[in-house]
Amino acid sequence: MTSASSPRASTGRTSGDRLQRLLALVPYVISRQVVGLPETAAAFGVTERELIDDLNLLWCVELRAPDPYCPIDLSYEGGEIEISQAEPMDRPLRLGVDEASALLVALRMLADVGSLAESEEPGGGSALSRTIAKLEAAAGEAAAPSAQVAVQLDQIAASSVLGQLQDALARDRRVHLKYYVPGRDEATERDVDPMRLLVVEGRTYLEGWCRRADDVRLFRADRVLGIEVLPDAAEIPQHAQPVDLDRGLYRPAPDDLRVVLELAAAGRWVAEYYPCEEVTELGDGRLRVVLRAADRRWVRRLLLGLGEDGRLTEPAALASEVSEAAGAALAQYAQPRDVFVPPSRPRA
Amino acid sequence: MSKRKTERLLSLVVCLLATDRYLTATQIRTAVPGYPDSFDAFKRMFERDKEELRELGIPLETGAAGEEEPGYRIPRQIYMLPDIRLAPDEAAVLAVAARVWRQAELAGAAAGALLKLRAAGVDAEEAVRPGIEPRLLAGEASFSALWEAVRDRRPVTFCYRAAGRSDPQRRQLEPWGVVNRRGRWYVAGHDTGRDATRVFRLSRIEGPVEFTGPPGSVTVPAGQDVRELVADWDSAPPPPQQTAVLRVRPGAGFGLRRRALGQRPGPDGWDEVEVPFGETGWFAGHLASFGPDVIVAEPADLRDAVITRLKGALA
Repeated sequence: MTSASSPRASTGRTSGDRLQRLLALVPYVISRQVVGLPETAAAFGVTERELIDDLNLLWCVELRAPDPYCPIDLSYEGGEIEISQAEPMDRPLRLGVDEASALLVALRMLADVGSLAESEEPGGGSALSRTIAKLEAAAGEAAAPSAQVAVQLDQIAASSVLGQLQDALARDRRVHLKYYVPGRDEATERDVDPMRLLVVEGRTYLEGWCRRADDVRLFRADRVLGIEVLPDAAEIPQHAQPVDLDRGLYRPAPDDLRVVLELAAAGRWVAEYYPCEEVTELGDGRLRVVLRAADRRWVRRLLLGLGEDGRLTEPAALASEVSEAAGAALAQYAQPRDVFVPPSRPRA
Repeated sequence: MSKRKTERLLSLVVCLLATDRYLTATQIRTAVPGYPDSFDAFKRMFERDKEELRELGIPLETGAAGEEEPGYRIPRQIYMLPDIRLAPDEAAVLAVAARVWRQAELAGAAAGALLKLRAAGVDAEEAVRPGIEPRLLAGEASFSALWEAVRDRRPVTFCYRAAGRSDPQRRQLEPWGVVNRRGRWYVAGHDTGRDATRVFRLSRIEGPVEFTGPPGSVTVPAGQDVRELVADWDSAPPPPQQTAVLRVRPGAGFGLRRRALGQRPGPDGWDEVEVPFGETGWFAGHLASFGPDVIVAEPADLRDAVITRLKGALA
């Protein structure tokens, strides 16, 4: 896995990136006729100082033959940029294959996010299909390889749960959720003030202020057992911190358990399914993984389900809870089936 | 890139865009400031500059500039992005799409595309369509190489550890497409070693992906939909064909009751719950995870499989 922390600057400041920026800057200003320095700097992700350096560099371009001339004439007096002459670079460079693909693949993926595809206008098609058509036309040949990459979301996007969540978001209403927590095998009831919908890695989540936890929580749409849009207005506290997606979906809390597992080849799916802090090959297809868990009941269930395909090495206390639970379960199977008397609930 | 080099490359682009006829290296050297005096040093630097422009996607055309000397130009019609105008609702959709890759492999490409579209006059602002945020997260180490292979139609080789196998095997693949399905990346294509169509999960590729042929040497069969190939391969758990009879402690087993065909209180105070299932192995693990709260009554092979799991967890 690539490190989630690797920098992926949206506007690079290295090598060819500056030339790309300069080539885009000229048509950006020309297509807007006059545009402010701060707004332009923001659009290009640079400081105003860097933008002024760029403008000065453009203004200094000089060709010496056949006759010396300066092809670009511009001014940024009073904080307003104006380019009076910049032939022949008054249009942006065409899209590259990677650029066209990145946008087209993302747009086609949005077709699975209900509301965006459904906003039909008479005769015009949805905003999404119109955007895709225009971008394909503008990209020309560079659009072709994007057909070889696709992102498909889970089916939940079409469900009525999603529709009600979007309705609640649009009208700023509180919702009452009946929500399944698999780690505890419980259905919980709670009121949530919706903040936004996240569609991350193929799954749809509601991010909201949970009035039971008094904190921001993520709810997977496919685990919502029931939803009611309440008449109350949503009240999201000022200090509610949305999940910073730039840092990934799951952030282990400081008091989360550090869990170390050894997995047989048949248990390797654990490393694919859950975010692991460390994954080490042990040979013969076996793995040692380190992951964080908020709830020991979740760890116990994971280990019971893995059986001999997984072994908990840390924390030791939890390992004995697992074998006690397995022992209690096996004891029930040992009883004659005809006179089955369930034992009292073990307090593991 | 140094400021002088940026200035030189920018002048070179402007010079080659402005000309209709092909310019020879000597003419370019005269027109563009910043090249060294020595002709050999100039030739070397000019070669590197040409390469750099091509890497940026700038169409540099070579033709005869008379007297058999090669010449260069950038045809404006090929260089420039065609006109594109987006209505406000279209620009809003575009802004959402541009954020999808933000932490993922094509983040730089998406940002570059947005920059060019803004330069063409499109106003794709950040704060639009509140409420929906679709994202791909940083994924697999092998994505970039496989995307390049698919894009450039090149065959590849890599080590692959199939599900549950203890040792990885070297595979030879003519890749047809890369698909993200339910949050996981797959590559589909023709496995030349097996002489068959195959789908591979990127997370099971170990070590580097290497090209084994030149660009353009892979032919994707006409009408081949890679999404369908991956969907067939990943047709999740098989459809339920059997029904398990379970004894479930009152108040427990919520996840099982959700899918139950029927449930009724049993004579011993526990509930008798009937749940459909497909694959015994997977379902046995699921049932074992409930520990002492769920006991399998039938069928016998499922009961035995759960007991085996529990014995494994006991050790």
